[in-house]
Amino acid sequence: MNGWRRRGELLVGTLTGREAGLLRGMVGQIRDLLAARVAANPRDELAELTGIIAGPTTAPTDQVLARLLPDFHREDTGLSGGMRALHEPDLLAAKDGAAAVILETCPAHGGRIRLSEEQAQAWLTALNDVRLALGTVLKVTEDMPDELPPDDPRTPHLAVYHWLTWVQESLIQALIST
Amino acid sequence: MTTPVELEQTQVDPAVDETGTEDRPWLTIVWNDPVNLMSYVTYVFQELFGYSRDKATKLMLDVHHKGRAVVSSGSREKVEIDVAKLHGAGLWATMQRDT
Repeated sequence: MNGWRRRGELLVGTLTGREAGLLRGMVGQIRDLLAARVAANPRDELAELTGIIAGPTTAPTDQVLARLLPDFHREDTGLSGGMRALHEPDLLAAKDGAAAVILETCPAHGGRIRLSEEQAQAWLTALNDVRLALGTVLKVTEDMPDELPPDDPRTPHLAVYHWLTWVQESLIQALIST
Repeated sequence: MTTPVELEQTQVDPAVDETGTEDRPWLTIVWNDPVNLMSYVTYVFQELFGYSRDKATKLMLDVHHKGRAVVSSGSREKVEIDVAKLHGAGLWATMQRDT
């Protein structure tokens, strides 16, 4: 990828086959995580009757899901639980929808990608979720060096993280350019 | 046998809030985190709240340097929706009552 460019109303970029495969794989894993969270909260009879789906009231135990779905209040667990039950189903659906846009618009074997502004915003959201997930697992900190020692098991994954950062940054710059 | 719930009773009128704390608004706080890009956070503030580039940049820098910033305030319902929108964008946001 050589970065995103604005072409009138569209945002245009090219991914190699390897880059596309990598990105689609990671986005697919995020979708699996989100789907697991949905599946862990089965609709009960009440939800079937009213059509109102209440989310869980407790934060995910999985550290990546917990970062993607933070608490609403720092101390008040009762308030946080209520807000989570109310908003989490929509948040899960929105995140899954953004991830789906990447899978729909990124060719499986790479190539040129043309995005509407709306699709580009979905890409930003989903790229950010992948970076949050990877950053959580890699335990990224603000003062983390750009490169880790070669024998650090995180080294190859950190390169992927930096690449995602660059793809996201480039897309933001293209979006705000006129 | 039962009676219909008085729906009106569940609507708390801020003007007659018995807790007497209706003048203390709720705040939307965004916390610093090591993953979100400065450019992205600025973009999100502009897109979600309609803030100018200058205002969005100032708030982003507050988050970055001070560790947190109040990005919006108002009724609990408004702030709750703002926090949910920020979570949707992947920002680390919480709500709290103004002190």
